[in-house]
Amino acid sequence: MTLGAWQSLFADWRSFAVGLEHTLVAAALALLFATILGVFFGLLGVAPVPAARTINRIYVEAIRNTPLLLQAFFFYYGLPRVHIVLPVLAVGVVSLSIYTGAFVAEVVRGGIQSVARGQLEAAYSQGFSFVQAMRYVVLPQALRVIIPPYTNQCVNLVKNTQILSLIAGADLVYQADTWSSENLLYGVAYMTVAVLYLAITLPLAAISRWLERRIGGPIEAGADA
Amino acid sequence: MSWHGFTVLFQPENLRFLWWGFTVTIEIAVCTIAISLASGVVLGIARYAGDTSRGRALRAIGLGASLYIETFRNLPMLLIMLAARFWSHLPPFWAAVAGMSIYTAAVIAEIVRAGLLAIPRGQWEAARSQGMSYMQAMRYIILPQGLRKVIPPTVGQFITVVKDTSYAWGLGIQELTGSGTIIFAKYVNPIETFSLIGLIYFVTNFSMAFAARSLESRLARRTF
Repeated sequence: MTLGAWQSLFADWRSFAVGLEHTLVAAALALLFATILGVFFGLLGVAPVPAARTINRIYVEAIRNTPLLLQAFFFYYGLPRVHIVLPVLAVGVVSLSIYTGAFVAEVVRGGIQSVARGQLEAAYSQGFSFVQAMRYVVLPQALRVIIPPYTNQCVNLVKNTQILSLIAGADLVYQADTWSSENLLYGVAYMTVAVLYLAITLPLAAISRWLERRIGGPIEAGADA
Repeated sequence: MSWHGFTVLFQPENLRFLWWGFTVTIEIAVCTIAISLASGVVLGIARYAGDTSRGRALRAIGLGASLYIETFRNLPMLLIMLAARFWSHLPPFWAAVAGMSIYTAAVIAEIVRAGLLAIPRGQWEAARSQGMSYMQAMRYIILPQGLRKVIPPTVGQFITVVKDTSYAWGLGIQELTGSGTIIFAKYVNPIETFSLIGLIYFVTNFSMAFAARSLESRLARRTF
């Protein structure tokens, strides 16, 4: 790693900035959609309708037990076959959202189930519907259990944007790979990209740990988890 | 999507091709699991020792383990794999295994540490009050209890390793996902091919998850 190597890296700082931008944009959009999918399918997992719980299981088990990269390839190469042509970044966001959504669904389901069953029964006995009971009684309590592992999923999501590099999505990993093989300077490129990733993931991991200490743990009164 | 696009996958030469890819996937996974399990357990115990000991040497070792763990488990695995490929002179297969093991060892170390941290403080105090040294208490009281707790989540991590082998295709290794990419390019049937391959991964991982669950309930039932 000579001074010259660093100079040529900084001369091309724009390609790394573009990579960082793609990584961040994909992660942010996927986080939004994964949260929506995760809350929806997580609620299906605790719904009083057996068919809803079956849908939850099929989604979660099918997605969690197959590689994210395979799912990304499925959409990247498969969607054009049914005449849906999306930009690469959008394909990446779709795959990342569906994949992360399954993990968020499990976090949401687990959080809700950690709230004592008596809470739901008490709400029902007061005349609340399922949706009302969830909205006003169960979810506010479950959030304490949900949020720490949810932030952990955010860290995984940022790392998982690496699939973009294998569908030519020009993320940070892709830039490290292409820039270093074009310039034959591996050390500086990988070092720089690693530091950029750590600058995103380490603070998120620290927030996750802090939340776990502050609000995590089982709910004291009537916990049956 | 067509019926023919699906049946063509079951021609003997294509099945053989996919089977070959599947064996590579399993080889990468088994090597990665063996290496990262051994080094992950050592790293996890080292970090836990740093957390629990007042000795200067153990604290220094624990700090080293923490640095390793926090760095590598917060980096994308593919980045580590690509770096391992360019920095070492290993053949691609072993570069992939090395990159995956560097990452997975950090993840398993955190699983091990979390399991050990779940052992109540009283166990330490009771052991030390019986005149055991720090090392004796660790060896005979803490580790046997802690490591048993660690087994189910570790098997869960093995499932992630099987899924993660797909990134070896990024290093040009023709494992299961890579074999699928080559096959669909020939028959132009990506949806059918990746569905079948997804099913192969699913059956592999779901049976591992099933084994993990039955192991978990067996371990939960057993007391000392």
